[in-house]
Order: sequence, then structure tokens, then C-alpha cells
Amino acid sequence: MFQKSKQFAVAIAASAACLAGAFSAPAQAADDQYFMLPDYRVGPYGANGQAFYGGFIDYLTYVNMKGGIDGVKVAWDECETEYNNAKGVECYERLKDKAKKFPGPIHTMSTGISYALVDKTVADHLPLAMMGYGLTMAVDGSVFPYAFPLVTTYQMQASAIIKFLKDKNGGSLAGKKIVFLYHDSAYGKEPIIALEAESRLNKFELVQIPVAHPGNEQGAQWQRIRQEKPDYVIMWGWGVMNMTAIKTAQKMGFPRDHMIGSWWAGSEEDVIPAGEAAKGYMSATWNVSGAGVPLIADIEKTVYGAGKGNLSDKAKLGTILYNRGVSAAVLSVEAIRTAQAKFGKGKPMNGEQVRWGLENLNLTDARLKVLGATGLLPEVKTSCDNHEGSGKVKIQQWDGAKWVLVSDWIEGNKALIHPLFQADAKKYAKEKGITPRDCAAEAKKK
Amino acid sequence: MFYRETGQFKTTYAADQQIFPIRQDRIGMLLLLAVAFVGIPLFASEYWFTAILLPFLIFALAALGLNILTGYAGQLSLGSAAFMAVGAYAAYNFQVRIDGMPVLVSFLLAGLTAAAVGILFGLPSLRIKGFYLAVATLAAQFFIVWCLTKFPYLSNDSSSGVISLPGITILGFAFDTPRSTYLLVLTLVLLLALAAKNLVRSTTGRAWMAVRDMDVAAEVIGIRLMHTKLLAFAVSSFYCGVAGALYAFCYLGSVEPDGFSLDMSFKILFMIIVGGVGSILGSFLGAAFILLLPIFLDISLPAAASMLHLPFDNATVSHIQLMVFGALIMFFLVVEPHGLARLWQIAKEKLRLWPFPH
Repeated sequence: MFQKSKQFAVAIAASAACLAGAFSAPAQAADDQYFMLPDYRVGPYGANGQAFYGGFIDYLTYVNMKGGIDGVKVAWDECETEYNNAKGVECYERLKDKAKKFPGPIHTMSTGISYALVDKTVADHLPLAMMGYGLTMAVDGSVFPYAFPLVTTYQMQASAIIKFLKDKNGGSLAGKKIVFLYHDSAYGKEPIIALEAESRLNKFELVQIPVAHPGNEQGAQWQRIRQEKPDYVIMWGWGVMNMTAIKTAQKMGFPRDHMIGSWWAGSEEDVIPAGEAAKGYMSATWNVSGAGVPLIADIEKTVYGAGKGNLSDKAKLGTILYNRGVSAAVLSVEAIRTAQAKFGKGKPMNGEQVRWGLENLNLTDARLKVLGATGLLPEVKTSCDNHEGSGKVKIQQWDGAKWVLVSDWIEGNKALIHPLFQADAKKYAKEKGITPRDCAAEAKKK
Repeated sequence: MFYRETGQFKTTYAADQQIFPIRQDRIGMLLLLAVAFVGIPLFASEYWFTAILLPFLIFALAALGLNILTGYAGQLSLGSAAFMAVGAYAAYNFQVRIDGMPVLVSFLLAGLTAAAVGILFGLPSLRIKGFYLAVATLAAQFFIVWCLTKFPYLSNDSSSGVISLPGITILGFAFDTPRSTYLLVLTLVLLLALAAKNLVRSTTGRAWMAVRDMDVAAEVIGIRLMHTKLLAFAVSSFYCGVAGALYAFCYLGSVEPDGFSLDMSFKILFMIIVGGVGSILGSFLGAAFILLLPIFLDISLPAAASMLHLPFDNATVSHIQLMVFGALIMFFLVVEPHGLARLWQIAKEKLRLWPFPH
């Protein structure tokens, strides 16, 4: 009895020691620019996360190998969120104390998690980046100082797709019929408001058809599409829904080269499983694929050459999502560089300074060329009232083996779409009792 | 030696019927409350408040709700997350649409709305039982989430269906720090838990248990089945609804219908299975186990791996975490099928005899 209880006491003491050790934050070099990465590598969307965060981390490693951001080394910690909101918040809370000193922009790759973090990041002065997802009305930086839906949003993307179709049809879509096939979730519903505005402006008929999650059975939807006989189908799909749609379209005899997907419906993972059926299918994208871009080739040579690559499956190198991760990291690092140019070269930047960098980012083609990233992503120029900074996408087409670009950068109709964001942001500010910043006055001061 | 009721005589009915009849239990409970109300707010870090204590309290409340329905009244339900969603969206709508609505009142109304919806989906329980009822409540799970996605009115015409909750101000005091939010949630959860404890000890609770153990016999001795079952659904959904409102307002700050998925319902069900079906304490223990163990593994596994120089990457750690978590659930269920609450009870009985078991 005594022996047993002694063992028990030892076991308790040992686990208590473990607990204490586990909950105290690990040490970090004092002057590193620190990125918290609430990422996901397992769970239903794990494959997407692996490619994106692989690219992100590879670029950070690359920056460190090249001497850091003007001498400032980059550090990071991963935390698995499994694309789950509660876990994402837990990760954020766990890493934020470490990040508070010199943070890099936070990328969650999850709309749900970024929604949950929007208010928290303001309170903690940590910049939050949402590239091509997340809270789209945060384009209005006067209400959302710390949130940056960089490069482009769902609404601007939908508008750009309409513009592409319009150009294809000699400048007018009047009298045409377009079906909007969407994943019935927050993600799928966001572009509706933009498409409705476009349909009023361009006088085409818009038919909305929702697909319930996960979308692995779409017979009814495509039956209806066959009856409607639309000219085009715009698809906001996600995961298994994409390949099912492409396959069903083939079965129902709808031409795939009249289908355009969003950028979540335009990666290799979406078309390869659909096989032959995907040939001719188009999608929007804000970054190009391929390992041929000089920067990607250089990462492969430098990082993977030194055996420091993050991807366990090197075949993902150069895929759409990998390149998206690299693009996201490029923008983050450039924002820190911008901040350094103002607040002190060769110094790590704090949260407010990085925020300033993100808000005054001016990534020109000339700068992209220096980075070896020409054509990888569009030019980005942000400001207080435009946290998006670009709104441009390219349209790509699957030729059965790879994505081929079929357009140059297309910008959505900013005059039509941005007022929608501002109206939403105003309503949000009222609900939450936020007093918006005066962007015009701030611009004048500069 | 210390845990013994010798010499504690009960001279009144009130003393005999109190929740903790043994003095040591009362002292223990007071100590626990002191730690929760004074100790933790003084010493815990922000991470503990926002990532561990808040979700623990809120899910414990939801588990408590389900425990009333499943553990006490014997009606299996898979719709807890949906009732939480009703609570969250109802509280949001009351708050946004009615100017000057006090937050606590909107939490209360949210609970009542959830109770009404719960009664509606509890109607099938009058005709079907067991697994069939579980399937019927599954309908609630899917219908409510679909409904919240489908009708933009319910999310105040938010273009994405995601709602973002306003801050909490009660009588001019803004609950905007993790510490104050924690104290608010703790108070609400304790009040509701106390109410639940008294409810299950009352006539109502005994009627629930009679229905659970054998509904025909219960009917024969004069318990109105319809009334009892629907009341269980209403009370259970009320608790889930309030938990949902707290989840949205105090924990995440922004929620979407898809967040209240079947996964979450299962999680709450596992909480009461692991914690103890038909036990108030079990709801708290189960919530702690299901929520905190993964976080603990998540933090300790990489540390352990690096200590032992194992080449684990992030993904491997997550997989191992799932395996260990699953194995532990099985272990506990095999060792003690009645849950952690029962383990606690056994420990207390052993403690009474210790150290002279014969």
C-alpha cells in the first residue's frame, strides 16, 4: 500500500512538472521578427494547408538564408488548428504573448478563424492578413485598422470574372444567362451581392443554385442547369464539390470551357481527380502556378538544395497553393520592409509598425522583378481606405496536364464593389460601436 | 481519517436535505469557489482565461443541458449544437434589433427561444425512443443550421451569414477584459448549475428519472409523460441556448451557422458519456476532459518529442494526439463505464475508510 502510494506521488509530481514545463512559453531570440502560424496539416483540408504553409515557411527559410529582412532574422511557430475555429482561437491565445513584441502578419487560411480574430487582433495590436478569404468588408481600413484582406476579395473576383466574360462576348453580356453555382456557406454566399449588382449593371440574368456541403452529389443542381440552358456557369466550390461539379457537367453535356471557378476551385487538387472531364475548365487565380517562376526555382535550389525544405512531398512545389503560400509570405515580408524603411532599417518592427507597413505597401512590378516574382502575383498598393490593394486576378484554363493562363491581370469593377464594402463596414461599426478613423485627414497629414 | 462524517448529526430536515450533507464537502466546495472567484482571477494569464477557462465553463453548461435531457430524463439527443446555435443567433437578434436591450435579458430570451425550439423538436419523443429519437433530433441539427444559412434575416442580412457580436455592458460596466468576462461567465454557469442541481433533486427531477428508468411504470404511478418529456427538452434546450449565447458573446465573438456542426453535438455527447451520464459534476469533469486533454497533448507532445530527439513534425504530432486521445477515452470507458463522476464517488468512499479499510 505504502509502496503504491509512493509511486503514485512520484507519478503525480512528474506529470505536474511536465505540465508546468509545457505551459511556460519556450524561449525565443529577442530580436527576431516572429510569425505565428495557426496552420492546418491534418483534417479535411489538411492537403491544402500543407501546400500553402509549406510555401510560406519555405519562403521564410529562404529569407533567413539570404540574411534576413535587412539583417533581422525571422522566427516562427506552427500551431495546428485543423481548420477549427475554437482551436484557431486557442492557438492564437497561446502564441500571442510571444508575438506581441515583433509580430509578422498572421495568416490563418480560414475565414472562420479570421472572423474570430478580427476584434482580438485590434485589442492586441497584431496585424491580421486574409489573402483572398476572410472578412471582405475589412477592405475599409477606417473601421478595420488591423485587418487586411490583401490582393483581392470574393466580390472583386466575381466582378473580374464578369469582366472577363464581357470581354469575351464583345463587351456586352446583355440578355445572357449566367448560373451561379455555390457552396451553401458563408464562403459561397459572399459574392452574391456583387454578382447581383453586376447583373443589374450589365443586364444579364443571374440564376443562383446552392449546393449543400460537402457537395458530392449534384444531380439535381445540374438537371436544373440543363433546363436553364445558361451561357456560363460561375462556380464557388470547395473541396470535393469541385471535381463532382466538373464530372457532373460532363455527364450532363455542359461544356466545361463555359465554366469558371473561384480561386478555391482552381487548384491541381480540384481538376486532376476529375480526369479528362476537367479539360477546358477555367478558374480565377491571384497567383500563377508552376515551378518556372524565378523565385520558386531559386527556393527549390537554395532551400531544398540545403535540405531545409518544409514539404515532405516535393511534388507540391510549384502548385497553385504552394505558390500562394510563397506569395503570402512575400507580401508579409515586403510589408515589414516597408515599415523598416520608415521606422528604422535593420530593426525588428512592432505590431503598430508592421500594421503601418501593410497599410502603406507599394509592391510594384519593378520590386517584384527584383524578388524574382514577376507575374507570380499582381502589383499591390494599399492605403487607409483600401486594404485590398489590388483586386486583380488572372483567368487560367486546365489543358489536361497543367494550368494555362488565358488572360492578363483583370481588375474587378472597383467603383461598383467597394461602396458595398463601405456600406457593410459602416453597419458593422455601428453595431460594434467603433468610431471609424478619418482616412482623408490621415492622408493629408502625410 | 479526515474525510469522515462521524459526529455530524442532522437535527433538522433542512440539514438533512442540503446539497452537501458532509461538512468536509462543504469546506471543499467553499475552497473551490474561493479559488475560482479569487485565486484564478488573481493569478491566471490571459491565455488561461480565453483559451481554457471560458470554453471549459461554456461547454460544461452545454453538457449540463444535455445531461438533464439524456442523463436524467433518458432521451438521447444529437441536437445540442443546434440548440446552442439557436441561442447564439437569438441573443444576437435581440441585442441588435432592440435598442437598449440589456445583455442578460437577451441571454435569458435566447434561452427561452431555444427552449421553444427544443419543445418543437422534442415532440417526436412522445412516440419514439432510444436510437430512433436520436435520429429525429439529428433532424434538428441539420434543419436549424440550414435555416440559419438560408434566411438572411436571422443574421441581420450579413452577406456571408457570419454574425459578429457586440461587446457586453451591464449597468454601465463593460466586460471587455478576459478576467471580467470569465467572472461573468463563471457566475452565470454557477447559478445555472445550482438551479439544475436543485431541479434534479425536486419532484420534477424524480419524475424525469422515473421516465428514464421505465416510462410505462412512470405513467402508471401518475406521471404525465408528455409534460415530463417536453419539460426535459425545454430545460435542456434552455441550458444549451444560454451556453450558445455565451459561446458567441463571451468566447468567440463571431460565429457562423456551420460552426455549430454535428461534430460539436457529438463532442457534447462525449463529454457527458466520459464525465458521467446523470450527474451534474460529471458534466464539468467531462467538459474538462474532452476540451483540455487535446490542448495538453498538443502542448506537451512536441516538448516531449524534442526532449527525446524524435523527428516529429506538426502533422505527426496531431495524428499522435488524436490516437492518444481516443485511447484514453476507451481506457476510461473500460475502467469505469459510468464516467469520471463515478470514479470521484468511488474515491470518496475509499477515502472514508482510509487508512483503516477493515
